[in-house]
Amino acid sequence: MKLDDLKTSSPILLQGLSRRFGERVVLDALDLHIPQGQFLAIVGRSGGGKSTLLRLLAGLDQADGGMLQQPAGQSVRVMFQEARLLPWKSVLDNVALGLPANRRGEAEQALAEVGLADRAQEWPARLSGGQRQRVALARALVHQPSLLLLDEPLGALDALTRLEMQGLIERLWQQHGCTTVLVTHDVSEAVTLADRVVLLEAGRVALDLPVDLPRSRDPADSRFVALEQHILQRVLQGPSFTTPLINEIPLASLHFSQLHWAL
Amino acid sequence: MSRSVSFARGLWQRLLPWLVPLLLVIGWQIASLAGWLNHRVLPAPSEVLVAFWQLLSSGDLFRHLAVSFARVASGFVIGAGLGLAFGLLAGVSRLGEALFDTTLQMLRNIPPLAILPLVILWFGIDESAKVFLVAFGVLFPVYLNTYHGIRSLDPQLLEMARSYGVSGKALFWQVVLPGALPSILVGIRYALGIAWIILIVAETLSATSGIGYLAANAREFLQTDIVVLSILLYAALGKVVDVAARALEKRWLRWHPSYFKAA
Repeated sequence: MKLDDLKTSSPILLQGLSRRFGERVVLDALDLHIPQGQFLAIVGRSGGGKSTLLRLLAGLDQADGGMLQQPAGQSVRVMFQEARLLPWKSVLDNVALGLPANRRGEAEQALAEVGLADRAQEWPARLSGGQRQRVALARALVHQPSLLLLDEPLGALDALTRLEMQGLIERLWQQHGCTTVLVTHDVSEAVTLADRVVLLEAGRVALDLPVDLPRSRDPADSRFVALEQHILQRVLQGPSFTTPLINEIPLASLHFSQLHWAL
Repeated sequence: MSRSVSFARGLWQRLLPWLVPLLLVIGWQIASLAGWLNHRVLPAPSEVLVAFWQLLSSGDLFRHLAVSFARVASGFVIGAGLGLAFGLLAGVSRLGEALFDTTLQMLRNIPPLAILPLVILWFGIDESAKVFLVAFGVLFPVYLNTYHGIRSLDPQLLEMARSYGVSGKALFWQVVLPGALPSILVGIRYALGIAWIILIVAETLSATSGIGYLAANAREFLQTDIVVLSILLYAALGKVVDVAARALEKRWLRWHPSYFKAA
C-alpha cells in the first residue's frame, strides 16, 4: 500500500498534447496537469476533444505529438457510456473480469458496494440500464485503479437513476480516493461531482475552474447555481463549427483491426 | 380456475399440433383399405409398420441405422472440426484469412454432390467415400458462420476487455469464442441438415449398407413399404439430431435474451 502511494503520488502531466484525425485537429497542443486524487470533470460541446483526451489517458489511442506523462505503475480503468458487460458472463463474473481466481471475494465485495450483491448470478441482459452501469462501476473499482476514467457513464440513463448514480460515484470516489476524470455533457453533473471543471473547446482548454463547494453539494445552492451558469455561459459562447461526425471518428477507427493486435 | 382444468387445457394445447398428422395417417390407411391407393405406389401405414417390425426383429434395421449414423457422425466431426478450425484461424488472424479465405470461398461454390463421381473413383464405394462427402458438405457452413461470428464481434466489448487486461488466450476463451458462439451454432445446425441430405444421396447411389442402401435395394424389388419406412427413418434421425443441437444451443446460449424468455 505504501509503495503504491509513493508510486502514484505524482501527477498526470500533459504537455502540448496533439491528436489529429486526417485534416481535423481534435486536440491542439493541450496542456493539463491533474494532481493525484483529484476529481476532474471535462465538459464541452461534442467534438471538442473530450472523449479523445479520455482515450489517450486510457491508452486506447496514441497521441500524434506532445507529451503525456503518467505516474509509474499507474493502473487505469475506464467506465464507458455503454456498460459493455459481457452478456455471456454472470454479473459476478463480469465484475471479476481480468481478476485472478483467488480474488473473486473482492468482486463480491465490489458488487455489494454498488448494492447489487443479490443479483450476482443474474445475466446482464436481465438488468436495467442503471443496474448495468452499477455493475460496470463495480468492475472498474474492483481493480483498485489509481486512475478512474468515466466516459459519459450516465449519459444514457433517466434523470432519477442519474441522480442516484451521481451519489454512488461520489461516495465510492471518496472511499477509494483514486484520481478520477469524468467526461460529461452535463455541466450540473460536473459541478455536483468534481473538484475542478475544465472546458475543452476546439482541442484546447478554454476554461479551468476549481469547484470549492462542500460535499455533498446542493444544486439549489446559490454558489452552485452561479458556478454552473458561469460555465454554461462560457460553453455557449464558444465556437459551434463542430460537426457531430467528429465525435464518431475515434470509434470508427477501432474496427476489427483491434482484435488482431489484441490476440 | 381449478388446477385440473388448467392441466387439461395444457394437455389439449400440447396435443393439438398432432391432430392433423394423425388425421392424415388415418385417412391414408382408410384410402389403402378401400383400394383407392395401389400399394405398389403407396403402401398402407399398417404395411409400413409391419415392415418396421420385421426389420427390427431381424436386427437389420439397427444394423443399417448404426451404419448411417456412424457415417454422418464421423463425416460431421471431421468436416465441422475443420470448418471450425479454419473459421477461427481466418477470423482471428490476418495471415490465416489471407491464406485460407479465398480458397475456401472458391471451394464452397462446388456442390458436394457434384464431386460424387470423382469421390467414387478415388475411394470406390468404401466407407471413406461417404464420410468424405459428408465432411466436404459440412465444412463450409461451419467455416462461414464461425468466420462471420468472429468478424461481427462487438468491437466495443473487445476494447473493454483489452483495457481490463484480458488478452491472448483469455481473450479468446472469455470474449471471442462465446461472442461467436451463436453464429457458430447456426452453422452447425445448418450443417447437420446438409449432412443427412448428402448421406442419403451417397448411400442411395453407392453403398452396401445403411438406410439409403435399404431404400435403394427395396426399390429394386418394388418393396414400397421399406422405401417409405426408410424415408420416415431419415426424417426421424434428422429430428433427433436437430433436437440434440437445439438442446446444446439452449445450454450454451442460456445468457441470451431469446433463450431465457422460455425458461
